[in-house]
Amino acid sequence: MKRVAITGAGTINALGHNVSQTLEAMREGHCGIGPLEMRDVDRLAVQIGAQVSDFSPDTIFNRQQLALYDRFTQFALIAAREALAYSGLEFSGALSAKSGVVLGNSGGGMQTLDENYRTVYEDGKNRVHPFVVPKLMNNAAASHISMEFNLKGPSFTVASACASSNHAMAQAFQMVRSGMAPVMITGGAESMLCFGGVKAWEGLRVMSKDACRPFSATRNGMVQGEGAGVFVFEEMDHAEARGADILAEVVGFAMTSDAADIVMPSRQGASRAISGALEDAGLNREEVGYINAHGTGTAANDKTECSAVADVFGPHADRLMMSSTKSMHGHLIGGTGAVELLACIMALRDGVIAPTIGYEEADPECALDVVPNEAREASIDVALSNAFAFGGLNAVLALRRV
Amino acid sequence: MSVKDRVIEIVAEQAVLEPSDVTMESTLEDLGIDSLGLVESIFAIEEEFDISIPFNANEPESSEFDISSVTTIIAGIEKLIENTPAA
Repeated sequence: MKRVAITGAGTINALGHNVSQTLEAMREGHCGIGPLEMRDVDRLAVQIGAQVSDFSPDTIFNRQQLALYDRFTQFALIAAREALAYSGLEFSGALSAKSGVVLGNSGGGMQTLDENYRTVYEDGKNRVHPFVVPKLMNNAAASHISMEFNLKGPSFTVASACASSNHAMAQAFQMVRSGMAPVMITGGAESMLCFGGVKAWEGLRVMSKDACRPFSATRNGMVQGEGAGVFVFEEMDHAEARGADILAEVVGFAMTSDAADIVMPSRQGASRAISGALEDAGLNREEVGYINAHGTGTAANDKTECSAVADVFGPHADRLMMSSTKSMHGHLIGGTGAVELLACIMALRDGVIAPTIGYEEADPECALDVVPNEAREASIDVALSNAFAFGGLNAVLALRRV
Repeated sequence: MSVKDRVIEIVAEQAVLEPSDVTMESTLEDLGIDSLGLVESIFAIEEEFDISIPFNANEPESSEFDISSVTTIIAGIEKLIENTPAA
């Protein structure tokens, strides 16, 4: 089996338009959540979100590109450009033929759907732009990355709701580890912050109207975000041979299904995914110093996640740190695990643990060290990233410091 | 602006050319307009003239609408406008 290095990272989200801005914001405990700016916002019951601001796609993409790129594709391409530039890789010949893209995404081109449903239902028009289908399909972002960077190996999109990015990155990891692909571009992107997207989430009554406060006794729901995170997963020997800067090593993963309920999380499903990732990576539980939690800020997720961690880690659960950065960048749904992996890389590489902000009051059902409100310096060797999706689909990744 | 000038403007924009670079004899191929560019042009023309163009991308040659040159495209549009009842 091959070892797998992360040799590039890129992002755009509510905390920043690149990795350094995002990590700086996480260190500072900055909150990217604010009043939503969109058409008909006054008709929404939930009027907050973590939107990407100061974003002018027409300064980044030309007219023909904009006609084909939904906002989630724009985010994915921006993140991929940063990640590929950092890695220094260019794809030609055999490397190009075997390398590919696996991205997580849940909603596809929701902005495109929203705009065009308006056109035909609200405005009563009988004609839509011919690129609606290639713009809204879930695989559009992965396809455009493959085209821009000449990646001719396996490329596809994984949809498992809030675990999409972790499932995608686990798949990419497996492809590189098995020797199937020397390099895989992976991560996820999402842009559901449009009128229809927020309206749909409102219906489920799990959204907070004021803030995302994971693990706090005063938490009252999740807050949606948007953006993308993209990484370069590269076979370790290949990365070392070319002198690449290695951000971290991916050492294991596990995926489980609750097979129980379409929305309620399961303690057993979560703990099986966490312990499975440790087993796959050959880690002792005492080696884990940090967990980037799924930590949505809902009543159900946070207590279930804490009890699952307690089950797996036993007494060590009281010594490790676990934070939810969703308190800052919101819940990016299919893109969330990708942006959250940045917090794991920062913990391993820079020794800075991102905080759970908005933390107001201890909850006895979430009695772990959730790094409340302020980032912390700590030297750790292993970090986990949790994702537990609607539909009971769980995926946990394990990373090690290099 | 005449139908001809408006069509040339749409086609030129799609081809990323100046309208003066588009001649009546130009074919879409000459102008570098590919299949996606063609359906986008047809959409833009339908929007501009509020007409419905009978065109199937699977069999462009046998469509009623002749796209073999700018001349035939304009002629086809003028015929469609003529046959469209005033709103």
